[in-house]
Amino acid sequence: MGKRVGMEVSIALAEAACQADVDVVAAYPITPQTHIVEHLSELVADGHLDAEFVPVESEHSAMSVCIGSSAAGARTFTSTSSQGLALMNEVVYIASSLRLPIVMVVSNRSLSAPLSIWNDHSDVMSVRDTGWIQVFAENGQEAYDHVFWAFRVGEDRRVLMPVMLHIDGFILSHMVEALEMVDKELVKKYLPAFQPIHRLHPDNPVTMGAFALPELYTEAKKAQDEALKASWPLILQGWEEWAQLTGRRYSPVETYRTEDAEAVLVTMGSMGETASEAADRMRARGEKVGVVKIRLWRPFPFEQVRKALGGARVAVVFDRCVSFGGPGGPVASEIRAALYGEAVRPKVVNFIGGLAGRDVSPQDFQNMVEEAVSRKEDRQEAYRIYGVRG
Amino acid sequence: MAKPITEIVWTELEPGCVIVEPGNAREYRTGDWRTVGHPKVDTERCIKCAQCYIFCPDAAIERNEQGYFLPNLYYCKGCGICAHECPVKCIDMVPEGE
Repeated sequence: MGKRVGMEVSIALAEAACQADVDVVAAYPITPQTHIVEHLSELVADGHLDAEFVPVESEHSAMSVCIGSSAAGARTFTSTSSQGLALMNEVVYIASSLRLPIVMVVSNRSLSAPLSIWNDHSDVMSVRDTGWIQVFAENGQEAYDHVFWAFRVGEDRRVLMPVMLHIDGFILSHMVEALEMVDKELVKKYLPAFQPIHRLHPDNPVTMGAFALPELYTEAKKAQDEALKASWPLILQGWEEWAQLTGRRYSPVETYRTEDAEAVLVTMGSMGETASEAADRMRARGEKVGVVKIRLWRPFPFEQVRKALGGARVAVVFDRCVSFGGPGGPVASEIRAALYGEAVRPKVVNFIGGLAGRDVSPQDFQNMVEEAVSRKEDRQEAYRIYGVRG
Repeated sequence: MAKPITEIVWTELEPGCVIVEPGNAREYRTGDWRTVGHPKVDTERCIKCAQCYIFCPDAAIERNEQGYFLPNLYYCKGCGICAHECPVKCIDMVPEGE
């Protein structure tokens, strides 16, 4: 078993990328992601990691370099946040459409304006439909573990998909946690070499990123959608084998005290721990409250969500992004869609909060549950922005 | 010859829609795009200077056995640059069918 050390989560993620022996890192610094690539550049400069570190002039270039290097068959890593993710947006789609298994850590942060560097999920939702496998870490250990998982799953020839690992900016990225790190032998066992089906090489020329006529584009998108959905068993297998090697077990949806729960809080990312604390406090008072944590955001775990929420009377969905003029928060929107066809389903009440680092305490979650239970209105446009003044 | 595009089903595509057969763009006859007209070369006046060949943005002009430069209408989009550049004005843009 690996050693347990106190380490800033960003540094641990860089160490994980180093342990995964990445070949190319192309990145541009942006708060709150900077420490990750800053440490990677040190690891390369100090000779601990034999990789190309490409200090590009923008995030658009960062992802473009990653696409080129992954297409050439190199194990490729990058990281960004917020405006940086927004700037690279058009190339983010290309990475998944070309089936290039780049791993990108997104240190989640709000989007301007007004300018803010603090954490929420506005940036994530701008890339929701880009076709990447997307996973949320709840704590530093999960974040560290999922770097290896991301390369393992993404690079599998039956998958070949880029993977986004979301960590809440500052709340996770800048937190010092006690982490159990894995050793070299374990990584070797878990993560085979990247062997793409097609690669850019002069000995065997292929064309990547050509255009498609209207007669072919539909087939290309169908193939991409099916490929992402087909990644499901390999996603599970990646977690299963990780559990066998480390004892740490992950699943698309994690439940906490949901057995017999009448009200269930639904969260994504680091807020799961706060919500669990709230559930403990309410359980201590005899109230039947549980938590459902969405870990896998894409492909979305519809079945697991239905199963986890099926027995509850009210699902209190906590979103960290506004879908302006739309159906409330993006997570609640997905949850409602998953439950729509069910004969028996919980009332879904949606709160949006924790925007740009606004603190959310266990008491806040308790307040939300209490309000949700008493709420009559269940329509999706009846979402409320929690804690807003006035 | 590859399968006609309208018969390809999604399961037959390479991952990422990669094209594994080099140079198959030649199967796509961009001459279909031509709308206004095509170049017609008067070989009586042509001096074989190759200016049209050099300037053609689609590499659609080919040299024949006698050394004359003539457009390949499978690929010529009818832009008229060859006619514009010809120093002896031996290329006319004529309507389709002529």
